[in-house]
This record gives sequence, C-alpha cells and structure tokens, in this order.
Amino acid sequence: MNGRARTPAETTLGAPDVARIVDRMAHQIIESIAKFGFDAALLGIPTRGVPLAHRLSDRIKVFADVAVPVGSVDVTLYRDDLRLRGVRPLGETVEPEGGITGKTVILVDDVLFSGRTIRAALDALADLGRPRAVQLAVLVDRGHRELPIRADYVGKNLPTSPRESVRVSLAETDGADAVSVTEGADA
Amino acid sequence: MSVLLRGVAPLGGPAVDVLLEGGVIAEIGASLAAPADAEVIDAAGLVLLPGFVDLHTHLREPGREDAETIATGSAAAALGGFTAVHAMANTDPIADTAEMVEQVYRLGQLAGLVDVRPVGAVSRGLAGERLAEIGNMARSAAAVRVFSDDGHCVHDALLMRRALEYLKPFDAVLAQHAQDPRLAGEGSCAHEGEVSGRLGLPGWPAVAEESIVARDVMLTEHTGSRLHVCHVSTAGSVEVIRWAKARGIAVSAEVTPHHLLLTCDLLAGYDPIYKVNPPLRPAEDVAALQAGLADGTIDAVATDHAPHAAHDKDHAFGDAAFGMLGLQTAIGVVAETMVATGLLDWAGVADRMSVRPAAIGRVGGHGRPIEVGEPANLTLVDPAGSYLVDVDTLASRSRNTPFAGRTFPAAVVATFLRGRPTVLDAALVEVVPA
Amino acid sequence: MSRHLLSAGDLSSDEAIAILDAAKQMHAIQTREVKKLPPLRGRTIVNLFFEDSTRTRSSFEIAGKWLSADVINVSAKGSSMSKGESLRDTVLTVAALGVDALVVRHNASGAVQRIAGWVSCPVINAGDGTHEHPTQALLDAYSLRERLGDLTDRHVVIVGDITHSRVARSNVLLLTTLGARVTLVAPPTLLPAGVGAWECATSWDLDAVLTGKAAGDVDAVMMLRVQRERMGGGLPGGARDPGGVFVPTEREYAIGYGLSPARLDLLAEHAPILHPGPMNRGLEISSVAADSARSMVLDQVQAGVAVRMAVLYRMLAGVDAPALAEASA
Repeated sequence: MNGRARTPAETTLGAPDVARIVDRMAHQIIESIAKFGFDAALLGIPTRGVPLAHRLSDRIKVFADVAVPVGSVDVTLYRDDLRLRGVRPLGETVEPEGGITGKTVILVDDVLFSGRTIRAALDALADLGRPRAVQLAVLVDRGHRELPIRADYVGKNLPTSPRESVRVSLAETDGADAVSVTEGADA
Repeated sequence: MSVLLRGVAPLGGPAVDVLLEGGVIAEIGASLAAPADAEVIDAAGLVLLPGFVDLHTHLREPGREDAETIATGSAAAALGGFTAVHAMANTDPIADTAEMVEQVYRLGQLAGLVDVRPVGAVSRGLAGERLAEIGNMARSAAAVRVFSDDGHCVHDALLMRRALEYLKPFDAVLAQHAQDPRLAGEGSCAHEGEVSGRLGLPGWPAVAEESIVARDVMLTEHTGSRLHVCHVSTAGSVEVIRWAKARGIAVSAEVTPHHLLLTCDLLAGYDPIYKVNPPLRPAEDVAALQAGLADGTIDAVATDHAPHAAHDKDHAFGDAAFGMLGLQTAIGVVAETMVATGLLDWAGVADRMSVRPAAIGRVGGHGRPIEVGEPANLTLVDPAGSYLVDVDTLASRSRNTPFAGRTFPAAVVATFLRGRPTVLDAALVEVVPA
Repeated sequence: MSRHLLSAGDLSSDEAIAILDAAKQMHAIQTREVKKLPPLRGRTIVNLFFEDSTRTRSSFEIAGKWLSADVINVSAKGSSMSKGESLRDTVLTVAALGVDALVVRHNASGAVQRIAGWVSCPVINAGDGTHEHPTQALLDAYSLRERLGDLTDRHVVIVGDITHSRVARSNVLLLTTLGARVTLVAPPTLLPAGVGAWECATSWDLDAVLTGKAAGDVDAVMMLRVQRERMGGGLPGGARDPGGVFVPTEREYAIGYGLSPARLDLLAEHAPILHPGPMNRGLEISSVAADSARSMVLDQVQAGVAVRMAVLYRMLAGVDAPALAEASA
C-alpha cells in the first residue's frame, strides 16, 4: 500500500474511522493508566491535539467511568524553527485540574512526523511541573522521525513519502472529521 | 585685463555687448570691438544682473572654521552669483568690537572673492542687555552699517529703543531677528500648528515673530530710525510690514530662499536638515512671502546661509543645530519660485537680490545700474540653464543643504568683482586653498 | 510586522490584534512558577535610555528576560549632548557591541525614528519626547480589552496634559485603529496645536463628557499624569516649555479636571479607569478612584510586561524568516 498512487487530497480516513480509532485509543489508555489508579491527565497540543484530548477524556469517562482532566500545552515558544520559519500565533496553555506534577501526563497530538513538536512539548512540560511519567498519543503516525521519539498510543500508522502532507480535520476545528494525504510538503 | 560679454541681456532686456575694463563697465553697445587683451565671452541667451548682495550670511570664522571659513564661504558666495555678503556677528568670539569686525573685514579682503561686510552685534555678547560698541564698529575700517543680534532677538523693548536711536548718526540699520523669547523659547523648533502638534515638537508660533515685528515698527516710527526685519517667515509679518511701509516707517525686510520654497510638512521625518530658525511654515505663509517679495513689501532675498558640521546635525531634531546652506542655491530657488511662476522678471530679481539689499546695507558700488561707468560687480545667469545641486562639490565646508540632488531652473555662469571674474563657466577662477 | 516599532500608527488593526492576542498567552505565564520562555535565547537586547524611567525600563527588562534574551541596560542620559558626542556616535557605539534589538527612550521627539535610520537592528520606541509611546498604548488597549472585549465603537476618554503626552498621541492612533472612539479632555492650554485635525473629539468640559452629554456614553476613562511644574508660575522659560504657565494652580486643575469621587459616580458601571502612572493622587485622580474596583492601574503594569513580551517575540523571534523565504523562492 506504500507504493499505491494517490489522487490529490484523497480522504484516507472518514468520520466513522476516526471515531473508531479514538475509541480504541481510549481503551488502550484505560488499560495503561488503570495501573496507576487513573492518576493521569491528557494534555492536547494546539490546535487539533486539544479537541482530540477532550474526545479521549470523554470516551474514557464512558468506558471506565473515570474523569481524566484535560489541559493544553502550547509549544510555539519552544520550537526550534521559530527563527527560520517565522513567528506564528500562540496557542493556549491550560493546566489540567489538579496540575501535572506527580501524574502520568499523556500528550495528545494529531500527527506524529519529525518528532520536533513533541520535543518542544517535553521542554514546555518541564516548565509547567514534574509529571511522574509522560506518554504520547497520536491519531496518525506518518513516519520520518528526526528525533528519538515514539508514540505510546498510535491511532493509525500511515506510511507516506516526505513530499506528501497529512491533513487531519476535526469537527471542532474544521467542521468534519477526516484524514487526507496530499502531494506537496506541509504548508 | 578686460572682458567683453557678447550678446548678453542686461536685466533680461535686449541683447547687447558689454565691455568691462578697469573695474567698471566701459562700454555698452552693439558689436563692440574687442580690445587686444580682452577675454571674450559668448553670452548669447544669458542674463546680466548686478552682482547679488546677501544681507544675511554666517561665515563661522572665527570660531567654527570646521563648518565654514571666510574664504570657503566667499567661494560659495561667488559661485552663487554674489559680489557682497554680510557676515553675521554670532561668531566666537562675537563680533561686538571694532577689532573683531575689522578682522572679519580683512579676512574677506584677503579671500578676495566677494566684499565681506561684517555685521556688528547690537548688544554686547549678543546677550540683549547692554549696547555693543556700535559707534566704534561703524567708524572702524570695516565701516559697519548693519547691526544685528541675529540668532537672538533684541527682545527688551528699552534696549531696542536705545539701539535704534543710537545708530542714527551712523546711517546704520538694525536687523532684527524677530522672535519673542517667551512665546518661542529655546526649545521651540517647529512651526506651531498641526505638524508640530502631531510630531510632539515644541512649537514656534507665528505670533512670536509677528508681535515683535509689530512692536519694532512702532519703535522705529517713534525713534525715526531704520529697521530691517530678518528672515520674515509669516503672512502676518508681511501684513504688518506692508502697513508700516504705507505709514511711512523706514522698515525693510528680507526673506530666505528656503522660506520661499519649503513648508513645515517636511518635518514629518524629523530630519534636522529642515531645522531652521525661524522654522519652515505652512504653504499659506510661503504663498504670502512670495507675494510680498513680488510686490516689494519684502525688499530682499537673503540667504541666512548657515553652515553646520555633520556632527551638529546628527542629533534628534530638537537637539540639532538650526540652519541650512543657502549661498549656492539662492538664485536657483528664486528662479524656481519667483521667475518661473511669473512673480518676478529678471529686473525684479536684480532689484530684490542686489539693488535693494545694497541700499539697505549701504554697500557702495554694489547693486548699481548696468550703465557705463558703474563698477563692474556683475553676475551672468543662464535663465534656461539648470543647476544640479551636487553636495560633493559645494564650495562650503559644510553639507547641510536639503537640496542635494535637486535641479533648479537657472544657473550662475560667471561672476565679476570690480571687473575681475571670480567665477567663469560656473567654476571658481582661482582655487581657494581649503 | 514591520521591522521597527516607532509609532502606534505603524500598526495595522491585524498586527495590533496579533500582538494583543500573543500578550494574552504571555500574561498567563506570569502566574506560573517558572516564568521563563525560550524563544529569544541567545539574543541581546539593549535598553538604551536617554531619559530616566524605572517603570518602562524594568518592564522591558523583565519582558526580555522572561523570553530568555540577554538584556543590557545602558543609561545614556545626557551623554551625547553634554559630552559633545553626536547622538549618532552614541548609538553606533552601542550598536557595535553586537545588539539584536534596541529599546530606546529619549527626551526629544523623533529621536527614536532618527536612531532607527542609523542602525541595522530592530528598534522599539520606549517613549520619545512628547511624541509617542507605542507599547504604553498597546498595554492600555490590552487592559481595555480585558474589561470591555472588542473595542469597536467603544468610547474612550483621555483627560489631562495632551500637549506634552506621548501616551495620548499613541493611544489616539492605536485606539482608532482598533475601531474605538476617542475624546480628549483638557483645558485649552494643554491641548496641542492642530488637534482639531486629529481623528478624535476634544472638549474642555470633563463633566459634560462624563455624563455623555458632550460626546456620547463613556466606556472608559484614561487619566494622564500632570506635571506639577506646569502648574502656577512653574519654572519660567523652562527649556522645553515656552510660556511655562498652563494652569493657575494644582487646586484649580483638580477641581476642573481631576477624577473626583463625584465624577466617578458619573461613570457607567462597566467603565474602567486607566492611568499610565505614576499617579499624582489628589491632583488628576482621587484616591477613591485610584483604589476603586474599576481602577486598572496595577493590571496595566502587569499587562505592560505581557505586551512587551509579545512585541519582542513578534519582532525578534522570527528575525531570519524573511531572508529564508526569499532564499528558497
């Protein structure tokens, strides 16, 4: 399937796929954090990591009847490419209820690519507190890592070429759920 | 040596030949025979004017020879078509004694390019408190006839009255820098109006000039003396002077080239190249000054040539020095603002830049008619020429002109001081040692 | 955004709002334990102050340090004129130290604009004479938005010595850019020449304005500091204040233009009170007003750091980006 030719903006995953994937990730997270008495927090990385974190929390509540607090951590000011790629608007950093110190913090993002965003997020976390452990949940892992970083929960492995770009759309931010792959580097 | 000007137009009139010999105009006529030793200049299309007389020049020597010297200022004057300049008294030391003015006078003679007429201070040290030795300066070899505290206003009404009275026996004139020091204090640097308000620059209101001019014309009437108003800059001042002249008061006035052309809108970039005192004014004032010069209410164009070293302008606007160069660009500005617009013809230019300033300053031998037997202090202007202001080649030691790179619609071709060319082909005849 | 920040008028509405939005995130970190962000690591910012100002200098210093820049304070008060050095030489000497940005305050209007023309690094105006103070206007706008939300069609009244106020000039420019209406209130002697051409209303009657009779309902009031030397006989011929006399006495000013408890009651419930500080209590503002719940004086100080962080971030963090974009094009 890696060599399959794609038409522009082909929708790889539709809304039902996304819902199913989120449910599965929620189950995996429950299984993992149950070991620590559910003493965890979900931290979304703006923009689309934040609604994903909320969805995961909602599903965890449905499946396990536990409330996992949700927060967000903006990594813009921690990026290593600001100087080269220019400033961009800042996202919001919101501490989850109860803070993060001593907890298992699960970073949530839409796409895992080079790993640089996650490196920035780890730096940002260090300024917010000291978690017991940090895990990573991503909806899509498209490969091409540039740093020694891996996800603990992967919704979908989506092999791509570096020249392609992966776009995740969510109802909360884009009107509808979808994952699509297009030719051309990320904007 | 003699010079024969072929086909020249005196005051822009019909073309004739003019022979300069023995320091005077020897002959005027059609197809004159050239004497054997004569330098013949094809002057077809050129206008012959009496050499310009500047009532207001800062030559900076002694004291600031890094900005200008009497020699370099004289060179700039000659290139600008001048044959006489009045050197203002605000040197260091100040020209408030006979010894000081004689020194300036002699250095002018030594340079030999224009007649340098020293201006004496009205008050000792320009402090506005006690009279300077006006009589000694008038009786000196420099024969001072213009007294001014320029840069400072003689603001004390009693001192002004006494000065006007005291200089009467010497047939002298008091050239007043009209600036009420309370209405326009030391920090004032921009015309008070919308521009100064927006830029947050301390305002220099028109009324600070007009109120002094009004007071001074009344003092002049009361004392029966003679007043000259320096660098008139506002429509209100023009009105007051017009009224005073109609009343028979012996008042004369000058306007600078920059006040005839530039407006205060130019201050928007805070460039101190535009910082002058009095400040640039709005377009309505500029129009009133042009009209006043055209109808003779304003008698003279005077440059207020004010050289400054670069480091005295490399400051914030409010901290930088006042003034801009004027000698080499004066006729260009006048041609653009007054001749090209039809406000003055060349005879009018001769009147405002030579005849009347010479009369005001009692400068003998200058500003004379172009007639046989008159001293040959003359300027040859190309009325269809163009003068590109190249700052690198200005004769002045300083570079503070706002006209760098600008082209004016008339150029000085030659200048003659008592028949001797100081400028030929728009270049100095004798190179002045820098 | 543009290379320098010299005037509040340089900012478009989009640019101003981008700064204010970034400031909101910067503001959040001030409550955190670790008040340090990394985006300006390795950059050097010089606070070049030709005029004393503990408040503004400290605010810029903290802002720079919380973004991990190295901040150096250079007090150049009186250095150029009194030592006979030109402003240009003073500035080029400092710039030659290897500076990534200059934050400049000068007592002469337009000085910062001149300086920006001489150096190759970005220059931020921290107050120039009686001209402008753009970051003060940004922090005022930030504070106003905290209380009022979007400023479109909001009516802001600025009271005090408008003639000598760089805060007023910058605020008129920025607030109108953000869609607000501004009314300037002062006695005629403290309104600048040509103010009629400004994009705002003016009045001599504070009570008429506060009751909404003069210029419509009021959404916010900004009281300006009034220099005591402009009162009474003052200092005759003070170098930069030709005339010297602007108002007969402090008492008369307070009665005519001070924000008294009675005037506070004229204000609508939602309307905040701003003051750039330092306050002359009992002169332009009563203690009742200064200490009331509507007073935003301390919020303004906090906002000052956040807004300056946002300005520094937006001006400096992506400094190489345009060059790269051009190179890859």
